[in-house]
This record gives sequence, structure tokens and C-alpha cells, in this order.
Amino acid sequence: MLKRVHFNSSILPYLLVAPQIIITLVFFIWPASQAVYQSFLIEDAFGLSSEFVWFENFEYLFADELYHASFVRTLFFSAAVAFLSMSFALVLAGFADRVVRGATTYRTMLIWPYAVAPVLAGALWVFMFNPTLGIFPYFFEFFGYDWNHYLNGGQAMALVVMAAAWKQVAYNFLFYLAAMQSIPRSIIEAGAIDGARPIRRFWTLIFPLVSPTTFFLLVINAVYAFFDTFGIIHAVTQGGPANSTTILVYKVFNDGFVGLDLGGSAAQSVILMFLVIVMTFIQFRYIENKVEY
Amino acid sequence: MVENRPILNVMTHLVLMLGVAIVALPIWITFVAATHEEARMLQAPIPLLPGAYFWDNFKETFFGSGLSGSQSAPVWRMLLNSMAMAMMIACGKIAISLISAFAIVYFKFPFRMGFFWMIFITLMLPVEVRILPTFEVVADLGLLNSYWGLSIPLIASATATFMFRQVFLTIPDEMLESARIDGAKPLQFFWDILIPLSRTNIAALFVILFIYGWNQYLWPLLITTDSDMTTIVMSIKQMLEAAEQSPKWNIIMMTALLAMLPPVFVVVGMQKLFVKGLTETDK
Repeated sequence: MLKRVHFNSSILPYLLVAPQIIITLVFFIWPASQAVYQSFLIEDAFGLSSEFVWFENFEYLFADELYHASFVRTLFFSAAVAFLSMSFALVLAGFADRVVRGATTYRTMLIWPYAVAPVLAGALWVFMFNPTLGIFPYFFEFFGYDWNHYLNGGQAMALVVMAAAWKQVAYNFLFYLAAMQSIPRSIIEAGAIDGARPIRRFWTLIFPLVSPTTFFLLVINAVYAFFDTFGIIHAVTQGGPANSTTILVYKVFNDGFVGLDLGGSAAQSVILMFLVIVMTFIQFRYIENKVEY
Repeated sequence: MVENRPILNVMTHLVLMLGVAIVALPIWITFVAATHEEARMLQAPIPLLPGAYFWDNFKETFFGSGLSGSQSAPVWRMLLNSMAMAMMIACGKIAISLISAFAIVYFKFPFRMGFFWMIFITLMLPVEVRILPTFEVVADLGLLNSYWGLSIPLIASATATFMFRQVFLTIPDEMLESARIDGAKPLQFFWDILIPLSRTNIAALFVILFIYGWNQYLWPLLITTDSDMTTIVMSIKQMLEAAEQSPKWNIIMMTALLAMLPPVFVVVGMQKLFVKGLTETDK
């Protein structure tokens, strides 16, 4: 932590940490404690007075069918995004690892969606799937399949999952490729000498050897799907139709800024904070003791 | 490659090209839509090959107000706002993380670990979970509709501080010893030795943070009401809403293209630094 050779205490180190600490206090810790405090309050309909109600907001949330549905939906959404983008990235990385010349070119062409903002990713996909103009609904019509994500909740969910997964493929691909390229060639060669064909080598050697990366990416993808996909939902479906794509983060925003239910929104924030803490804990535990097998 | 398998080699390239095609498809469609005239973009099978109106659309988008009739700022102004916000966030984060990591690694002072944990906590408080109270703080400070309000609440960074801490810890102790023998003061040591030694890390982090800053959406959406402060990424959403009445998809898609160009350019142009930054910060 501390250098063996270091400077002695003076006023200087306090000045050096001051900007970071002040910003942390003013914009992070104070608002977060405000959120916790507000989650114990209920405001009247006109916002004139508020009453301290202990855990009533939470009790109300835990009894709320809509909140349960949103929770389950968020879990499904994260699992779907993580599975789709990680498996796609794993396959591509597996093939790219075989390429001797041109691997960097493929990498360049696969990583740039990382730079696209979530809301832009949403805009691109909503355009491709626009029920009247989009290219995909036009093709679906030949198969007699009717696409309208403004009316069909399942299709709306599928669309946000695809948009979110598309954006995350780049990240997963990069980490999988790096992990595969760091596997010693001698292991793969030994497998080949023992007569294992490429597909078998992939499943019995490469895939187990990159499993630490898989665990790491699972956490990262879950965090991404939980918190960074707000823009996609906001651009594509706005939580609709009939709440079918209202994930937790969107619900906090919607109840707080649109519905103006401050106590309820704050209680949801507190639950989300708890979830982030759990995920961060898992992530750091993992980084400390790598998964062994 | 371990053994020569010609069929598998061909298949490898086919699969990779298919993957690239799938990943690139949304961008291709966007690009094509940005090269056609408005009327063409209203007929049901939309074109899949570029048209001849790229420059017309570009001029209309870049200097016009995006969509006619709306009160929004011209796109060049939004690009400027986005650039200012992204630069302020990236540079601000790097600056404050560098000095606080320096203090935590190289000084022994009371509450050192307390400060460290305070910075660590910010990892667990993404904007999305504290939007309402943070908005109130910024409103109370009178920072709504300003560059300061757009950037300062986002520049505290645990990840950057951790990364610099990690970098400083790998720098051998002899550096400080010899600098001291030569009579260097703490700030001199920081400026003349630590900064030059961590130059590539700073550059790598800059690439990641620039993209992070440019792509901010929820925060600018909340704190800017003045159309002169709109960022380009935000404007897409407004255009999509307007599109329900008067769909000008060629203009919308041109705006989207302009909005993603700077960060994509940064990723592709500085790929080595980008990969380094991504794998070293571990998010």
C-alpha cells in the first residue's frame, strides 16, 4: 500500500487528496445518504410536507407486484444479454485465435461498437426494426411473421436485448481473445499430438483455461446490463409496451422524475445500491483469488 | 497454428467475416440512410446501397438545427458541447486521480486509509442509483445548464485512482531515494519522475475516459434544459421522438453517424492504448 520509502506527513498530502475527497463527499456520499434518508419518508400529494415512516416504502415495494415483475425482468434481461454477447464473442475469439495473419484486422473491425453510446445503439436498432420502414420487419413479412415492438412486449424485450448485447460484444471479444492468446502454445500442441481435433481442443483445453475470464466477464456483463443500459431502454421502448421492458434502473428514473414518487424512488435506489455493493464485492473477491480448478 | 487444416482455415475466415458483417450491419444501415434524400427514406424497403445525398444531408445536419421546426441548437454546437464535456471529464478525472494516488502511495499521514476507502466507495454509487439527490445538489449549487454541472459530478473516480496507485507501486523505491539525494521536493519528484514514468498509462486511461465522457446520456439529460447546452448523444433521443410525427430518417441517421464518429475514431485510431486502458483498469 504505502511505499517503504515515503514522505513524511505535512499539509501537502491533504491538499492533494482534497479535490477528489470534496467531489466524493458533495456528489457521491451526501446524495447517497440523502437517498437513504428519503427512502424513509413519504411525501404528501402536493409535496408540501413529508412524514417519517421507517420501512414503509420498502414494505410497499416488496409487496408491489410491479416491482417484483421488474426485478424478475431485470434478471432475465441481464442473463439474456450476458449469454448472447458472451457466447457470440467466445465463438469469434475462438476462431480469431486460430488466425495467424490478420488477427489484428479482425480485432479492429470487431471492437468499435464499444465506442457507440447506448442510446445511439438503441437508435440504430430501433431504426432497423421500425415496423413500417425497418429492414428486418420487411423480411419477416415474407415469412408471415408480424413484427411490431410497439405493441408486442416479447418483441420489445428481444429488441433491447439484441441492442444491448451488440454493444457489449466488443468488450467480451477483446477479453476472450487476450485470454486465449496468453495460453501457452505448448499445451495446445500437446493436445494435438494426443490426437485431439480443434473442436475437442477448444472444449477440453481452451474453454476451461479461459474460465477465469468467463467469470470476470459474467460480473462485468451483469453490471453493464443492470446499470448501463438505461439509454437503450429509453431510446427504444421507454419501458413499454405495458412495462414489458421496465428494468430496475429505468423504474427508478421513471418513478422519481416522471411519477414524482420520491420516497418510492429513493427506496428503489437504496436496493440498487445494495445490489451494486454485492456485485462489487464479488468482483473484487474474484480479482483477489482467481478462480482455480 | 498447430496443424495445417485448409478447410478449417477457410471456415475460420468465413465465420469471422460473418461476425464482422453482423457487428457492422447496424452501422452500414445507418450510413446508407444518411446518404439518401428524405422521400426515399419513407418507402418501405429502405435502400441497402448508398445514395448520392451524403453531402447535402451533411450540410443540412451540421449547420441546420437537425430537424426543421424544432428549437434545438445546430449540430456543430452540440458536437462542441459533447467535446467540451468529454474533455473536461477525461482530463479532470486523470488530474484528480493522479494527485490523490500520489498522496496515498507516497505520504504517511493520519486518515490515509480513511480517504482511500472513501474513494473506494464511489465505485458502488453509479449515477443511476443516486440521480434524484445528486440532481438536487447540482441544482442547489446553481450548476444546471453549465459545463461545470455536466462534468464535475462525474469526475471523481475510484478506478483511475486505483490504476495510478498500481502504477506507482511498481515504480522502484530507488527512484525516490535517488531523487531525494539529488534534493528533489515532493512535487518536483511527482512532476519530473512520476508523471513521465506513467505517461502511457495516462494516455490509455484518457482514451477510455474520453469515450465514457462522450457517451454520457442520463446525466446531461437531467441537468440541461437549455437547448444551447444539449450534447449530441442526447439529441438523438429528441429526434427519435420528433420522428413519430415527421420522420426525417436521413437527418436522424446522419446525426447518429456524427455522434458516434469521434469515439469510434479514438478507439480505432488508438487501438493499442485503448486495449491497454481497458484491460488495466479492469473497469
